[in-house]
Amino acid sequence: MNFKNKDLLGLKDLTAEEIMLILDTAKTMKYILTSNNKKTPHLQGKSVVTLFYENSTRTRLSFELASKYLGASSANINSSVSSVQKGETLIDTGKTIDAMGADVIIIRHPMSGAPHLLAKNVKASVINAGDGMNEHPTQALLDMFTIIDKKGTLKGLKVAILGDIYHSRVARSNIWGMTKLGAEVSVAGPSTLIPLGIEKLGVKVFNTIQEALIDADVVMGLRIQKERQKKGLFPTIREYAHFFGLDEKRLKMAKDDAILLHPGPVNRGIELSTSVIDSDQSFINEQVTNGVAIRMALLYLLTRKGGNDENIN
Amino acid sequence: MMKILIKNGHLIDVKAGLKGIYDILIEEGKIKEISEKIDETNVDLIDAKGKYVFPGFVDAHCHLRDPGYEYKEDIESGTKSAAAGGFTSIACMPNTNPVADNQSVISYIRNKAKRDGVVNVYPIGAITKGLNGEELAEIGELKFAGAVAVSDDGKPVKSSSLMKKALLYASMFDITVISHCEDLDLVDEGVMNEGYQSTILGLKGVPSAAEEIMVAREIILSEYTNVPVHIAHVSTELSVDLIRYAKRRGVKVTAETCPHYFSLTEDACEGFNTLAKVNPPLRTRKDVEAVIQGLADGTIDIIATDHAPHHVDEKNVEFNIAANGFVGFETAFSLANTYLIKPGHLTYEQLIEKMCVNPSKILGLNKGTIEVGMPADITIVDPDEEYTVNVNEFKSKSKNSPFDGFKLTGSVYYTIVDGKIIVREKVLLV
Repeated sequence: MNFKNKDLLGLKDLTAEEIMLILDTAKTMKYILTSNNKKTPHLQGKSVVTLFYENSTRTRLSFELASKYLGASSANINSSVSSVQKGETLIDTGKTIDAMGADVIIIRHPMSGAPHLLAKNVKASVINAGDGMNEHPTQALLDMFTIIDKKGTLKGLKVAILGDIYHSRVARSNIWGMTKLGAEVSVAGPSTLIPLGIEKLGVKVFNTIQEALIDADVVMGLRIQKERQKKGLFPTIREYAHFFGLDEKRLKMAKDDAILLHPGPVNRGIELSTSVIDSDQSFINEQVTNGVAIRMALLYLLTRKGGNDENIN
Repeated sequence: MMKILIKNGHLIDVKAGLKGIYDILIEEGKIKEISEKIDETNVDLIDAKGKYVFPGFVDAHCHLRDPGYEYKEDIESGTKSAAAGGFTSIACMPNTNPVADNQSVISYIRNKAKRDGVVNVYPIGAITKGLNGEELAEIGELKFAGAVAVSDDGKPVKSSSLMKKALLYASMFDITVISHCEDLDLVDEGVMNEGYQSTILGLKGVPSAAEEIMVAREIILSEYTNVPVHIAHVSTELSVDLIRYAKRRGVKVTAETCPHYFSLTEDACEGFNTLAKVNPPLRTRKDVEAVIQGLADGTIDIIATDHAPHHVDEKNVEFNIAANGFVGFETAFSLANTYLIKPGHLTYEQLIEKMCVNPSKILGLNKGTIEVGMPADITIVDPDEEYTVNVNEFKSKSKNSPFDGFKLTGSVYYTIVDGKIIVREKVLLV
């Protein structure tokens, strides 16, 4: 099976089969990644540009290493948010990068839909590395990869996503992806941070994390941005941690073999206690490894356009 | 000036109480005679058989962008666009650059309209200086210079105290105050309706409450001061209900909506479609139904276009920073005909009230009717002609319409302004 899409903009637009193709390809990539010689020629002669309008360390590094391991030429562009409004338009920037022969443009942008706008206007494949509050598909793919790696499947699993759902592109991508693969997803967070109509996506909504945690197979904490407090979305960080922080006692409400995930970086002692972060149930570091594999898989699939229907082994 | 004879058209004029097949003779720019049969030679004959003859449409709310934003629209292109849509009189909002908050800008607009305009242009002045919501503009002077209403459209008057003073002060000059209802604290960083679509697009939402709270405030201030207030672009169910309740109480509130609020929902924003970005935002199905109900039962008095031209580059950007608004003149009648008349929600008589009589009344214009002795402002439409909207055919400088490609019913065939044929057989003559 070939990946037919030009771009990867979100999991909203993918079928379960397409998601599984990415996850299966990532398995091979993880094998390469964890071998002694982390170098393959699959992207030799291809160029990958990361265009980040938001600060990022791990996602950017993850993409960069992924393209390097596959032998691509890669380059980075950093653009501040302020230049978005004053300077060159996104479309013009994209066309410039296109004209220099980029095969893949990886974009992170503070505004939802920016990757979609870019994708419509460039020949290069576009990978969404996070757009506003909309989607962060590669993060969700690595989350799902990690779950399937540990649990064998997502079908029928109970997944609890905890925290600031409203602002979270990670939550949105995971809800799209996991529900497509048959998981039962619950979300829990302060009612001020639950977006309107989210239940229409087929998720259960709770205002206590305890309810969402009961019998969960997978627990996913989300990063709470401290500046949300100033917007009046919750009274204090202390109260947030008190009602929505995950500690050992609360984690016990989930299944004994439940796994804990977090997209990072973690606020220790706020959304997750140090004891759960460092527990055997936590796979936060493995998620990071899997992230590179997922990104290698996507770069491979998107640059294979026009090739034979072959699988790498 | 040659006489014009309109023959065999189906005339509907609510104010004059005429309905049926009539001939209309126009002489020296004025209506000379309306009878069942007029035979006159040496005339410019318009055969209106099978067509409806209406008073020229009156738009109570548009943006001509002149002065200051002529790259979007100017008085010439804007009035041509209006004529193509069957409008013979239009009232333009003051958010130009400089703002129409003083006599000289109002005079500039009127003079330029006299020179370049092909329909009647009535400027609306600002409520506050610079639309800043801080100090009242010289409302008396604005009226004296020719402003037909005052509004800070595009922005609310944030201070309730200042709005109360604006109403009281404006009442002294008998000039209508038009309120753009929006609680900016609730809007926050919202860029589309808050609801299911904003959630799945990950865009910040504007709650319907942001509009409704302000509608409620204006109603309360209007009742308290006993001064009329006109609510611009009503888009939500509760706004309609609040206005209905206020009218029942006897509050002197009037209201308008726009074609996009009875024809589109927030779903139009799918795929980050910036062409569907507008303020107030497109709402939900139940809001659309409530707006239609409000039009049908008389709660909403006016259908206005809120014609808001923007350059293509202002829409071809990220949704968050895309400009708000649609061009509206050239689709207004077809949309009303398609979404209100054809499904049976409104009669043509009601449509004439909302697009001719009421806007004239609320703005204090002697327009919106075809009567002997009055300037001949007439629009002739084919109510059954189906066509596909093509924005490239618009006379407006801007093409920002969410209706491109829509199949609509009803075309404007003739627009006659002051007895001068501006649109003939769908062709703009000027």
